[in-house]
Amino acid sequence: MSELPTYPPEVTPETQPFWDATAQGRIDLAVCDSCGFIPYYPRSICPDCQGTDMTWTTMSGNGTVYSFSVTRSGGGRAWREQLPFVLAYVQLDEGPIMLTNIVDCDPDTVTIGMAVTAVFDDTGEGTALVRFTPTS
Amino acid sequence: MTVRGKAHIAGVYEHPLREIPDKTVPQIHAEVAIGALADAGLTLDDVDAYYSAGDAPGFGGLSMADYLGLNCRHIDDTETGGSSYLVHVQHAAAAIAAGHVDVALITLAGKPRTGGARPGGSGRVSSAPESAFETQWGLGVISGYAMAAMRHMHEFGTTSEQLAEIKVAASTHAQHNPNAFLRDVVTVEEVVGSRMISDPLHLLDSCVITDGGGALVVVSEAVANTLDRHTVPVLGTGFGFKGTNSGRVDLTYTGARISGPAAFAEAGVTPDDIDYASIYDSFTITVLMTLEDLGFCEKGKGGEFVLDGALQAPHGRLPFNTDGGGLCNNHPANRGGMTKVIEAVRQLRGEAHAPVQVPDCEIALAHGTGGSLATRMGSATLILGRD
Repeated sequence: MSELPTYPPEVTPETQPFWDATAQGRIDLAVCDSCGFIPYYPRSICPDCQGTDMTWTTMSGNGTVYSFSVTRSGGGRAWREQLPFVLAYVQLDEGPIMLTNIVDCDPDTVTIGMAVTAVFDDTGEGTALVRFTPTS
Repeated sequence: MTVRGKAHIAGVYEHPLREIPDKTVPQIHAEVAIGALADAGLTLDDVDAYYSAGDAPGFGGLSMADYLGLNCRHIDDTETGGSSYLVHVQHAAAAIAAGHVDVALITLAGKPRTGGARPGGSGRVSSAPESAFETQWGLGVISGYAMAAMRHMHEFGTTSEQLAEIKVAASTHAQHNPNAFLRDVVTVEEVVGSRMISDPLHLLDSCVITDGGGALVVVSEAVANTLDRHTVPVLGTGFGFKGTNSGRVDLTYTGARISGPAAFAEAGVTPDDIDYASIYDSFTITVLMTLEDLGFCEKGKGGEFVLDGALQAPHGRLPFNTDGGGLCNNHPANRGGMTKVIEAVRQLRGEAHAPVQVPDCEIALAHGTGGSLATRMGSATLILGRD
């Protein structure tokens, strides 16, 4: 569990399976049965082919850093107490790019292309926030 | 149908103040509305179309048209963040070309400096589908732009010193603007030595936070011909949406890649024809990527393009933001599009501050960036001419 603020997200019927999976330590994304596309954030209609048959599928949890920034100033009060922290876009091995944090490492060691693995910060309300840590 | 030459910007007004603690947002909308109409030689009675964006309080256009006592037959509340007001010019030009509108009023006002509003919001994002997948991780306005800058540096070798040149040029211009929020000329060393906010963007890579507002009056050619004022024909317009592409995020380019070619084609000109450019400058990286995407240089070469005073008026290769821009002069309501159009009109009328007036300025470009750079943005480009 990282030290970063971990507030429960707004869960909707459309995204419930994603959030349920996070509570069990998995990244499940909706894969389009028709064209195979995996949209992120997950949604019920494929934006590529308009398919409505989407199958929730477990991802590997492994990816690489596409870009990042070390936030050193500002933010809400809870975030200010955790400065500096790393915001990042991580590309999962399966393709989708997620907005996330890189945690449990020195912020100044994060680089683009770095291999990372998902960790799950429990919100206490049946969901977890997906963050990433350098792959050991 | 093309709008080329059918609509003219006849009046502009930028609120002179940068801190306005004792007035309401509707009051500021009204002050700038009357200012722009007076500049054109018109009054509120002449207005038949009203345009506003997310900064207009209450019911937006309906609340403000009522407050201003307008008799509208056309209202447009298109909200694309800071670029909204350039989109409004495009929509007004189309409505004028279609014969629906003769005198369009566009206003912007806000008080983020003394009124407590935070940058980046449109006030309509609470139930956005992306909210649960972005806000929980501490994404801020600057950190989103910073990630685009970080990727640009990774792919193309762009440096902090190159980004700093953009701020240096803006500050060089702002010294001549008595209303500018920051009037001190800064150096590359001062920019890269300023406090790091979100790697790789420093405090001085960022725009100012100011109260204020501005307004535009766009009229038909028939109305323009009745006015004593020099009017500025709208030659070309373009809009481009650029999103996350459903998880295939590409931070290396902006919607200007779509809006720019559309505007150039409608105007029948090329980047080489542009004498002056107002480029949206929420952060230095916003300018650099926009210059590339508009075709002023190759993709990835923006860092080299801005060197050697290229952006400095009056004699740089592409004089930009001669009022000092959002980086130094004014970023009213956290939305910089309005002032981009206003300064382009000043240049085309020969009314910029004398030391930064571009000689024989005949064709100008104004570009707006709204939303979050490269990930959920509305880009808008206008090409403006001289009567």
